[in-house]
Amino acid sequence: MKKMINLKINDIPVTVPEGTSILQAAKAANIEIPSLCYLKDINCIGACRVCVVEIKGRRGLTAACTYPVEEGLEVMTNTAAVRASRKTTIELILSTHRKKCLSCVRGNHCELQKLAYDYGIDEDHFKGEEPAYEIDDATPYVVRDNNKCIQCLRCVSACNNVQTVGAIGQIRRGYDVRVGSPFDQSLATTSCVGCGQCIVACPVGALYEKSNIDDVWDAIADPQKKVVFFTAPSIAATLGECFDMPPGTHVERQMVQAIRMLGDVEVFNMNVTADLTILEEANELISRITSKKLDKAPLPMFTSCCPGWIKFMEHNYPSMLPHLSTCKSPQGMFGAILKSYYCQKNHIDPKDLFVVSVIPCTAKKFEVTRPELSQQGIPDVDVALTTRELSRMIKGAGIVFKDLQGEDFDDPFGIASGAGKIFGATGGVKREDRLHGCPGNPGHQGSHLPYQRRGSRRLCRQRPRQCPQGHRHDPERREELSLHRDHGMSRRLHQRRRPARSE
Amino acid sequence: MANAAFRGTPKQERELRKFIKKHKDQPGAMMPVLQEAQGIYGYLPREVQEIIAEEMGVPLSQVFGVATFYSQFTLTPKGEHTVSVCLGTACYVKGADKILAALEERLGIKAGECTEDGFFSIESCRCLGACGLAPVMTIDGEVYGKCTPESAVKIIDSYYEEV
Repeated sequence: MKKMINLKINDIPVTVPEGTSILQAAKAANIEIPSLCYLKDINCIGACRVCVVEIKGRRGLTAACTYPVEEGLEVMTNTAAVRASRKTTIELILSTHRKKCLSCVRGNHCELQKLAYDYGIDEDHFKGEEPAYEIDDATPYVVRDNNKCIQCLRCVSACNNVQTVGAIGQIRRGYDVRVGSPFDQSLATTSCVGCGQCIVACPVGALYEKSNIDDVWDAIADPQKKVVFFTAPSIAATLGECFDMPPGTHVERQMVQAIRMLGDVEVFNMNVTADLTILEEANELISRITSKKLDKAPLPMFTSCCPGWIKFMEHNYPSMLPHLSTCKSPQGMFGAILKSYYCQKNHIDPKDLFVVSVIPCTAKKFEVTRPELSQQGIPDVDVALTTRELSRMIKGAGIVFKDLQGEDFDDPFGIASGAGKIFGATGGVKREDRLHGCPGNPGHQGSHLPYQRRGSRRLCRQRPRQCPQGHRHDPERREELSLHRDHGMSRRLHQRRRPARSE
Repeated sequence: MANAAFRGTPKQERELRKFIKKHKDQPGAMMPVLQEAQGIYGYLPREVQEIIAEEMGVPLSQVFGVATFYSQFTLTPKGEHTVSVCLGTACYVKGADKILAALEERLGIKAGECTEDGFFSIESCRCLGACGLAPVMTIDGEVYGKCTPESAVKIIDSYYEEV
């Protein structure tokens, strides 16, 4: 157990474990020390100087985010000197910040704007040199506007330390210093995988997803076009937050109704192709296990649902690409079905069908532009919208979301097993593959998928004596199979990868 | 930017890779590796930074970040002959800025760059301690005093004539 340290913050006695920063310790005294560059466990560099505090007996001010607590420390977080310093710091940051707050996508969620408001800042107190960086919007998923960047380096930490991608870093020196890619390239030509974690980390509007909202409105307004939406399983759990509901509120039926109110559109459920993915991948996994041609279809097999993960492998581990499942992602499968089967059934020219997917991740925006996911130049999915974009469309259409009664998905792609709901959790896809591959596994009572797989041999991952159904086993392959846990990544790599979240 | 094409040899690459392999496990190896690379190639072009990133197992953005932070590292090649024009106070008031402008115009490059044929590179420097001869420029360490824009261009041309 860690040694406990006693200190006083604003005369309130606090006891916290050794190694805790003053900023964290202050939370125990119900004091929120403001910060810009600090991101718990991800970015603790003491760069922005907003979190400065006064320590009794110590000269000058100290950054609370990097200073570990000491026995008997007396910290003051709200003295005149502290307030004046924070105010000057924020005014200096604002002096070179392009203040396009009225149209900035970060809007009311901007951390810099909140601080400026809390500290009563005059935004023109210092007149700094206007930054004139070119806006990087060459990728189909993210826009980088360095004119709004405040050099907190949270995006750099998220990209390098959490995602281990390293597409961006701090470059150059002095007044020229900026966040950028090597040789000032656009993100489009780097190893960026489009995960969007930099956007999550950014406290201001320097990074944001590339909006496709206008494309969708144009298609809805076009009488030649038939517009269909399909929504990823997680959207129903996250969309409510955009309308001031508690995080995690399940709003699937309201979401369907709201999308239908946007125009003459049909709304389908991506859980359908999540089921297809399970069928395909489970069959592929079994065929790989039973195959003797391990050089062509090696084990372990990685899922191929995430386009960010695929691009990460293409850039960093190209030799491991044969380990990827050959299945399309649920989004890719749905696009292909809609532009082929659905069009044939409804006598629609695929050119006139406009497919919109609503997805939680910016990498999916990149995926729809991949040439592999198109037929004769017609993309399978025309536009991928993020949750935030959909919420903006709903708000823009004047729909009072919270008062909607709710409606069901359209037929025929509205009914699904719901197994796709756990795709969002680490190991979720593989868990479903396994459950489908071997119905004898614990937690599975018969096939919960509305489909039957016939003909192929089934292999069981359970130890021979533990499998209640007595499924076939291959003892030699068991070791390889155990790698499926944690997406087959080494434990070290897996543990380093955790989601970025703002504290 | 008028940059000469990268002309690295396999021998230089072998030398660099050997150096990196030897040192990459030391903490803070990036600086000595970049110094060595600049020693071998004379500058740090993209090709060299890519070798460093690959051998050290770090993203290119990190190598580029360090290389562009320290002013001792240069990403543009040095020419066969380096012209330094003093922009110290004494030379400046005697019109050194006009000399630099004339040289930049004659060679078609800016200070800090290298001509396409790799023959000349220009840089500006601060006081050389020869204020009595202001304005001063040096070519490969040889001092030319009391220059005018015309005489400076003539000196440059004489280097071309020697070839």
